[in-house]
Amino acid sequence: MTEQTTGRGGPSPRDLAARAGGQAGQPAPPQKPPLSGGKSHVTGAQALVHALERVGADVVFGIPGGAILPAYDPLMDSTIIRHILVRHEQGAGHAATGYAQATGRTGVCMATSGPGATNLVTPLADAYMDSVPIVAITGQVSTSLIGTDGFQEADISGITIPITKHNFLVTKAEDIARTIGEAFHVASTGRPGPVLVDIAKDAMQAMTDFSWPVPFDLPGYHPVTRPHARQVREAARLIAESRRPVLYVGGGVIKARAAVQLRELAELTGIPVITTLMARGAFPDKHPQHLGMPGMHGTVSAVGALQKSDLIIALGTRFDDRVTGKLDTFAPGALIVHADIDPAEISKNRRADVPIVGDCREVITDLTAAVQAEFAQDHKPDLGDWWAQLDQWRTKYPLGYDEPADGTLAPQYVIRRIGEIAGPEAVYVAGVGQHQMWAAQFIDYEHPGSWINSGGLGTMGFAVPAAMGAKYGCPDKTVWAIDGDGCFQMTNQELATCSIERIPVKIAIINNGSLGMVRQWQTLFYNERYSNTDLHSTASAEPVRGTRIPDFVKLAEAYDCAGLRCESPADVDATIERAMAINDRPVVVDFIVHQDAMVWPMVAAGTSNDDINHARGIAPDWGGLDDD
Amino acid sequence: MIRHTLSVLVENKPGVLVRIAGLFARRGFNIDSLAVGPTEHAEFSRITIVVNCEEHPLEQVTKQLNKLINVLKIVELEPGATVQRELLLIKVRADEAGRSRVLETVQLFRAKVVDVALDVVTIEATGDRDKLDALIKMLEPFGIKEMVQSGMVAIGRGGRSITDRALRPVERSA
Repeated sequence: MTEQTTGRGGPSPRDLAARAGGQAGQPAPPQKPPLSGGKSHVTGAQALVHALERVGADVVFGIPGGAILPAYDPLMDSTIIRHILVRHEQGAGHAATGYAQATGRTGVCMATSGPGATNLVTPLADAYMDSVPIVAITGQVSTSLIGTDGFQEADISGITIPITKHNFLVTKAEDIARTIGEAFHVASTGRPGPVLVDIAKDAMQAMTDFSWPVPFDLPGYHPVTRPHARQVREAARLIAESRRPVLYVGGGVIKARAAVQLRELAELTGIPVITTLMARGAFPDKHPQHLGMPGMHGTVSAVGALQKSDLIIALGTRFDDRVTGKLDTFAPGALIVHADIDPAEISKNRRADVPIVGDCREVITDLTAAVQAEFAQDHKPDLGDWWAQLDQWRTKYPLGYDEPADGTLAPQYVIRRIGEIAGPEAVYVAGVGQHQMWAAQFIDYEHPGSWINSGGLGTMGFAVPAAMGAKYGCPDKTVWAIDGDGCFQMTNQELATCSIERIPVKIAIINNGSLGMVRQWQTLFYNERYSNTDLHSTASAEPVRGTRIPDFVKLAEAYDCAGLRCESPADVDATIERAMAINDRPVVVDFIVHQDAMVWPMVAAGTSNDDINHARGIAPDWGGLDDD
Repeated sequence: MIRHTLSVLVENKPGVLVRIAGLFARRGFNIDSLAVGPTEHAEFSRITIVVNCEEHPLEQVTKQLNKLINVLKIVELEPGATVQRELLLIKVRADEAGRSRVLETVQLFRAKVVDVALDVVTIEATGDRDKLDALIKMLEPFGIKEMVQSGMVAIGRGGRSITDRALRPVERSA
């Protein structure tokens, strides 16, 4: 990464080097041929491509069009950047996100003005909610046309203000290279996020001098990464005094590449760990201190641990409503240590007793040292009673599901077997809905980056393009998209991209013939009135007009993918193994699963975590801690 | 609800105001008054925002403002240690009968008449909100034909400058 700071704060070169260099489990950026230095007289479009090469981009997902055409010409000559031609700009955006989540590097997508740019709105909002570093480059109509409702004009920088970390409108060729450098710097440092660079067509056509590196002009941007020592010592003191502590771990720990440090802290203290939907893989699922996922579909032990805790150590997480349930009944007896790189997250939803602003890796490292100092003075807490309680909940209320009585497939079983057969070295990418929750629950994640999903925005259609980006970034890993039949139909056109560009992803459609999660809510809260949730994508007993539309096996074959179908439990392993053996092209497996399977446990929306149901109508017995 | 005055130092670039105004709207805050203008540094502008809210939401909106890349610094100006001014231009009916009393009011408030027509005078006044509210109240009986007010601008008393401090290399904060 060839980044440069202006000297006004910002991360130290050491931080940048550490981020760029990767860490255990994260591949380093691919080796690049040497770049020529010095100045050259080029078009703005050439400056754009040169700058992209220098910030370390090796792939751009995109679609050309009128206003971005000047950029596509020099892009054709780049020996460093490969362009992947997608079928819809939304696919380009999610592919950039999948690439970024799988590799830890910044993903890049490109689109033309107007509709090309507005098709990026959903993936930008998605990346914003999940703090994913991506840079979107859009062409804009020429400066003389801006503001005139010109053909394919849309004010995309205005449109994306609320859903980007920052964006730029570039109207001069000489600003292009610097802006690209700044965009990558802003996207990848501090709390990562999407950055959009909108470039007027005439700026790309004009001549300019290109030189690199360029000094940044970001006087208002200086993220804090070093935590305050006094706050860290205070957190350590609370840990030493606590009796029922919990480490509540969020996606920030993965972003900060702090999984190793987290494990050291957890093992030093013996404190139970829970990992949010965005943090699955930050702490090994098989580790005995791991209680699983909290929240609406979290484990009883993780939800109970938070509710009954006396100290929550929140690391890189944001007390989302899906985790806290009804906020004013969330963890009523707990003191809160909240560490996050974004000061605005601290005390946003739940007031922090000890706020710590900083990069999670630095926070956890410092906290471990401070805790060691406390323990050296014989202040180690006795967590025996706490663990006895947690183990009781764990034993009594494990994650589970009922096999359908009619011999059809349980979706949970399919997903569990995919996880067991593909193993912890694979990457799993989910869409949004029931299949996503089951994939979060029933696959064991051992490494950061092995679980990719749309958490905050809940974007249906995320899986296929994100899996494509992840597979492109990690070609040596098996990448499974766990998708729903509803989600799949929103973005499956990228199967064409995967086939043509030879990106052999594996896609498991957990096909229950309906918008399953919505249907689950209709079952539970709308008197089983199934308004508009039947997708007719499974074989129907009453073939009116909805039998297997579309036929996913035929659809896969139409895209030159392998298409498999599995309808009975006896065939699950063999089907997954067949899919695992096909590596020369994408595989789509249509798993026809039971329609009425539901996601449990569940905290109904807007209710207290205390009212979690382990299964339908079954509330857990909180034991001796019920009266707290 | 308490009135808070925020002074926001920003880069002088197109689109910065919409980022700030949009943030307030998006996070559900009402802006009471807003004034933008240049500073002693050509590359920075200063926005004075008056909001009515409790402490906790104010802290949240300040943190969110600080995240905007074009924002350099935000200071809450305490009324006691701050000079606060608004500008009022007001057209008041002033016929033969009322004119002398209108002019008397102008003098009492140390305001100025900046334009005169046959039966109307236009008055310019500066001051804090209380003073201008009092002036408007005094002029109302004569008949107010038109008025326009600027947002509040404010500056801290004493020798310190928020611009100097913002432009020094940032100190670490927690």
